[in-house]
Formats: sequence, C-alpha cells, structure tokens
Amino acid sequence: MSSHAVKPLSRPARHPDRPIWEEEPTLIGRLGKPVVLALVFLIIAFPLYVVVVTSLSSTEAVTRAGGLVVVPRELTLAAYVQLLSGGVVTRALVISTVITTVGTAFSLLITVLAAYGLSRPGSLWHRPLLFVVLLTFLFGPGIIPSYLLVSSLGLIDSYASLILPTAISAFNLIVMRAFFMGIPTELIDSARIDGAGEFAVLARIVLPLSKAVVAVVGLFYAVGYWNSFFTALLYLNDNSKWPLQLVLRTYIVQAQVLPSGAGGVTASPALGLAPAPSLAIKMAIVVLAVIPVLLVYPFIQKHFTKGVIIGAVKG
Amino acid sequence: MTTVDEVRTPTAPHQTPAPVPRRSRPHWRLRLRRDWPLLLMVAPVIVLLLLFHYLPTLGNVIAFQDYSPYVGIRDSEFTGLANFSRMFGDGAFWSALANTLTITAFQLVFFFPIPILLALLLNSVLSVRVRTFIQGVVYLPHFFSWVLVVSLFQQMIGGAGLLAQSLRANGFQAVDLMTNPDSFILLVTVQAVWKDAGWGMIVFLAALSTINPALYEAAAADGANRWRRLWHITLPGLRPVIVLLLILRLGDALTVGFEQFILQRQAVGAGAAEVLDTYVYFEGLLVGDFGYGAAAGLFKGLVGLVLVLAANKFAHLVGEQGVYSRS
Repeated sequence: MSSHAVKPLSRPARHPDRPIWEEEPTLIGRLGKPVVLALVFLIIAFPLYVVVVTSLSSTEAVTRAGGLVVVPRELTLAAYVQLLSGGVVTRALVISTVITTVGTAFSLLITVLAAYGLSRPGSLWHRPLLFVVLLTFLFGPGIIPSYLLVSSLGLIDSYASLILPTAISAFNLIVMRAFFMGIPTELIDSARIDGAGEFAVLARIVLPLSKAVVAVVGLFYAVGYWNSFFTALLYLNDNSKWPLQLVLRTYIVQAQVLPSGAGGVTASPALGLAPAPSLAIKMAIVVLAVIPVLLVYPFIQKHFTKGVIIGAVKG
Repeated sequence: MTTVDEVRTPTAPHQTPAPVPRRSRPHWRLRLRRDWPLLLMVAPVIVLLLLFHYLPTLGNVIAFQDYSPYVGIRDSEFTGLANFSRMFGDGAFWSALANTLTITAFQLVFFFPIPILLALLLNSVLSVRVRTFIQGVVYLPHFFSWVLVVSLFQQMIGGAGLLAQSLRANGFQAVDLMTNPDSFILLVTVQAVWKDAGWGMIVFLAALSTINPALYEAAAADGANRWRRLWHITLPGLRPVIVLLLILRLGDALTVGFEQFILQRQAVGAGAAEVLDTYVYFEGLLVGDFGYGAAAGLFKGLVGLVLVLAANKFAHLVGEQGVYSRS
C-alpha cells in the first residue's frame, strides 16, 4: 500500500465524522479545544484524586507531605479499616444506606403508581389531581411550618422524618408521567381487551417498557436521600442517629469531633480516642460519601438526557 | 391537549364515536367504577402532598401570630402584621435580602453563560467517545452533596488545604479563601459552577442536537464561515432554551441554595453569607421565634411566587412557550 506516502504530511487526516463542507479547524481550534477539555476534566477530577490518594496514605506519608498527598506512596487501607470497624462512621454509613434504600424504594413505588394513575387520558378527576401536583412547583411551605408539622406529628428524631416529608418529588413524577404517556395506547388497550386490570397493565406492559426512566428517577431519589443533609439537620437532634452527611460536616467542614454522649459511640475505637481524626481518616470519610454515587452512576448516565429533556419540556 | 374523553370500556372496543363527543362523557359514577384503580394509585402521593406540602403551607398563619409551641396554632394570639413590621425594621433582614439578590445577580452574569459555552464546545467535538467521556465527568459533581462539595473546596483552597500547603512549602504567605467574607460571593459562584455547570449543559446539548444539520450545510454553501453559522444558526436554535432558563432563574431570584450557605455561614460570618433561607433558619428555628421566622419565610415564598408567575407571564409575552404552559 502506497497511500501512506501519497498523503500530504503537513495536514492531519481529515476526521471521518467531519462533514464534507466544513472547513478544517484552525491551529487555535485544533490546540485550544483539547486544552480546554483537559482543563475541565482536571478541575473536576483532581480534587477527587487528591482526596482518594490521601485517604489511602499512611499517617507518615501524610505528615511528610504536610497535609494532602499528591504523589502516592506507602498506600494502605488502614483508614478504611479503622472507619469500618465500628464507631460513628460505620453507624452513619449503615443509617444512610438504610434510609437511601428504604426511601428510594418507597418514593419510586408511589411515584410509579401515581405517574401511571395520572397518565391515562380521560380518567376520572385526573386533571384536578394533576393540578394538585403541579401547584407544588409554585411555592414551598417554608421551613418553620414544615418543622412544626413534623414535630407535631412526633417525627422529630425518627428516621421517618428523613423520608416522608421529601418522599415525593413533583419533578420526578412529571418526568415519569410524560414517559408513560409516550407509550403507544394500542399496547395498553390490547392488554385491556385481554382482560388486564390497571395494575396488571402497569406491571406487565408499562414498567417493562420504562426501565430507563425508572432507573433515572430512581437515581435521582437515591442521590437525594444519600445526600440529604438539611432534613437531618432540622429533624434529628440525637446525634447518634446522624446520617453520613452530618458526620461529614462535623468532621470535615467544621473540623470538630462529635459531641460525646452520642449513645455509647465515644467508646468505639474508630474516632473516640483521638482529639481530631487524622487527615487520612477524614479523607476516607469523604471517599465513603462519594463511592455509592460513583458505583451507580455509570449504569444510569446514558439515560440522563432523555429523562431531563422530558422534564424540561413537560414541567 | 385533548379534551375529548376516550371511553375505555374493554367490552365495547368498536363503539362508533358519538356525534357530540363532549356529551358522551359517562356519568361520574360510571367512571369511578371504571377508574377506581387509577385513583387508588394516585392516592398515596396526594395524601403525602396534602400532609407535607399543603398542610404546612396553611401553617404559615403563625406568621400573623405571637406563636407559642406550648399553646398551639389554635390558641396563639393573633398579632396582625407585627412580625412583618418588626422584620422590615430589622437591618439583618435587609442585609440578608441584599445578599440574596446580589448573589443571584452575580450568578446570572458569571454562572449562566458557562453551561452554554460548555455545550457549544462539547458539541463541536467530533469524537463520540471523547464527548461521552467528558459529559460523564462534568455531570458527576451534580450528584455530590453540598457537604461534599464544600469539603472538597476546603481541602483544596482552605486554610489547611492543598493551595495553602504548597504556598507555605514554597515560602509564600498561605491564604485561606474559605473564610474571607470579601471574596465569598466569588467562592460560592465558583462552587456552584463546579457542581452544576456540567449538569446545566444537558438542556443546551439537547437543544443543539435538534438543530437541523442541513441548515449548516446550506449556510456553508452560501459562504457563511463558522462564526457566521454560529451566530445565525446555532444561537437562534438555542434561543428558546436560553430565554426559558433565564426566566426560570429570575423567578427563583430569592432562592440561592440553602445548604451551601448554611454550611459556610460560620466560617465567613453572617455579614456575607446570610441569605433569606439561612435568616429564616437562624432567626426562626434556632432562636425559637417561630412566628417571626414564618413571617420571613412567607415573605420569601410570596415574593418568589410573584416572581415565578411574572417571569412566566413575561415568557408568554415574548412568544416563548414558558415554564408552565397553558395546556
């Protein structure tokens, strides 16, 4: 093959995806774009990298670096072993995990049901009910009345206070409803002719066709519960019930140790003994807060655009 | 939206359409017998919304009371607008309001264009693999909690962070950008950009993908260079989305994000970091002055409502679809 020699050496090969009519990029365009993209990538990835490396470093390595570690050396899992062997962080992790799991399952269930219930055109009262949902976009009840309600329901210091008040997101509901309405009516009608009731139609026809939107909405809910900080701050006075985000704030943002008397937690080896946790341990807490998001994220990321666009158009 | 009711009786799939569809709507009892499973499905959500959204909204009456939790809403004394007049006489309230509006304005100028620019840049990347990879990376911080974002910033540019650390190692004076009230507005904007600019890009990317490529080709054939094509095809294509989001942001002017400020208020002081939401939290909840806090919250809610409705009205006026379409 001699095509190699024929090609002009001064110009790079034309990109196969570039339309034939489009001019070749200028030198600035050819160099600037990768530089900017690399910069964007670094700005997001570098802090995460430093945090992970520091969390994996030994105490000596952290001391030698004078703080955060950039060049990894002497990697060890000691910080994680210490954190996960009982104590405040282990407990907070369990609490956050349970709340996220239960909350997401509950939210997803009622959202799917309501989204389907509101998606059948011409059904009884669906307009006023939809209006009740949409109206919540326009105003929030306010912090104080919400707090008073939760408190008068006796939910202060209960895990239910982290789930029930934020269990339903009107945005997610509308996204899902819009998706359901896009399913061809013929499919649903034919199932009805075969004698399927509404619940059967939802379970056998609609849900199998809607895995993408259910996954995205599920992720939105799960991330919401996992990250829930403010509801916990408002409704949980008992710091032995704190989820991970509150622990994160106390240790990292405020650089404090949890107040003692947190239900026997201080006796634990992980964080009770030191006046302030070491930097490696602190960074390990940060990593533990990110990991679940990173784990689910790749599987659902590809569906984002669809979900968000539906929401933007219909919301 | 159709107003014609579709009669979904499975036993009569081939009914001839009635001459006047409007009158063919069956009696509501008949429809109830048909649709009760649907209503049952919607019920939990409606109950939750009534309980945790509408009921507390009514609870805002305590803004007009000298509310005491021991007496309850029913028996607390009504004081009319006393809470409000006290609020309007409070310098800290005006300072919080001013902070909120300044931050909104600042973010409008410095945050808003970034997702658009990012989308334009990414859209021009030809390699699909590079594009999906970068998208995946820039969406990611949106899913981090504010606690995490603030933590990361603290570790990077805080007093004991990486920046201070390397400055010190090289013999410079260490800086702490996390506790400086003067640069706080810049800090929160940078944090917001870091967290959400990538996510904000999603809508613009979608809008870009709907622009017909034939337009570009035709323009190129007519001799328009890349900048002309950007100006005459791409930007007009983005216009509806830009207007919509701009209006949405204006309607949300009093909401600048709660957790971000409550987390950092301590470090930089209330002078710079107090916004309306944190004002409500501290003055109302932490002090225990519920009626007063509710008044401040109600003020924020009502002004916010007016802003949203006005913004939407404005959207209709300029011929865009608006946020809450009049279906």
